[in-house]
Amino acid sequence: MVQYSRAHLDASFAALSDATRRGVLEQLGRSDASITDLAEKFHMTLTGIKKHVGVLEQSGLVTTEKLGRVRTCKLGPRRLEEETAWLERYRQLWDARFDELDKVVEELKRKEKVDGRKKRE
Amino acid sequence: MDARRESEAIPMKNRTTVERKSERELAVTRTFNGPARIVFEAWTKPELFKRWWAPKSMGASLLSVEMDVRVGGGYRVVFGKDAANSMAFFGKYVEVTPHSRLVWTNDEGGDSGPVTTVTFEEKGDKTLLVMHELYPSKEALDAAGTGAADMMNETFEQLDELLVALGASVGRS
Repeated sequence: MVQYSRAHLDASFAALSDATRRGVLEQLGRSDASITDLAEKFHMTLTGIKKHVGVLEQSGLVTTEKLGRVRTCKLGPRRLEEETAWLERYRQLWDARFDELDKVVEELKRKEKVDGRKKRE
Repeated sequence: MDARRESEAIPMKNRTTVERKSERELAVTRTFNGPARIVFEAWTKPELFKRWWAPKSMGASLLSVEMDVRVGGGYRVVFGKDAANSMAFFGKYVEVTPHSRLVWTNDEGGDSGPVTTVTFEEKGDKTLLVMHELYPSKEALDAAGTGAADMMNETFEQLDELLVALGASVGRS
């Protein structure tokens, strides 16, 4: 089994606690991007996006590399998968449950409509 | 292209979010398109609960659900393939406020189980549901996560590649 280091987990969770940073990870999951690309994409200043990328880099979720004048960001080596996969899987479990619950709610709503005004049970 | 057609055909799906609120807390949030009364009912009537608690993708079915929804009352949910290969989850209801709040303990793991609080907040014709789990310690939550990862590695094999899936769900058209 993979050994989970607490310090790494903490850094990862802190990094993931921000919506922009999660968006950056999602974006980098699709393709590598430069700081400028990311700033445009998330409507932020270069300084602002650099701060977020810095947090992600410190947690090991993202690595950056400077080629010429462009700093390219990419996902860190499997870190997100290894350390936070359970959180995402947990979300997927609940999402699947709630999709089913949606159906139950729809059905109960329809039933209430059909039954019309019924005295409380 | 296809993506446009899909977004027209499929009604907007509410998003499920999971957040680690603190060292000891996790919160799952989701909005439902119905009144709190109905959503609450689906959490507290075994025959309704059974229909959604074990979705197909989970890979294990519900063998039985017993719930005595009142303060001090117990619940017991059994998953598995058959009686010989099953796993029971059980605990007690600590708070029951119809249509707005449920609190229960999770006792199958001894002292390390979390206390689960579910709140149902009606907003117009929708209900915001927050399921909050408070673990006795940071270690208990970390262990639960690692344990869940082990367990779910098996049940969620098809979802194994998180990044691929994330990219595919957005990028597919």
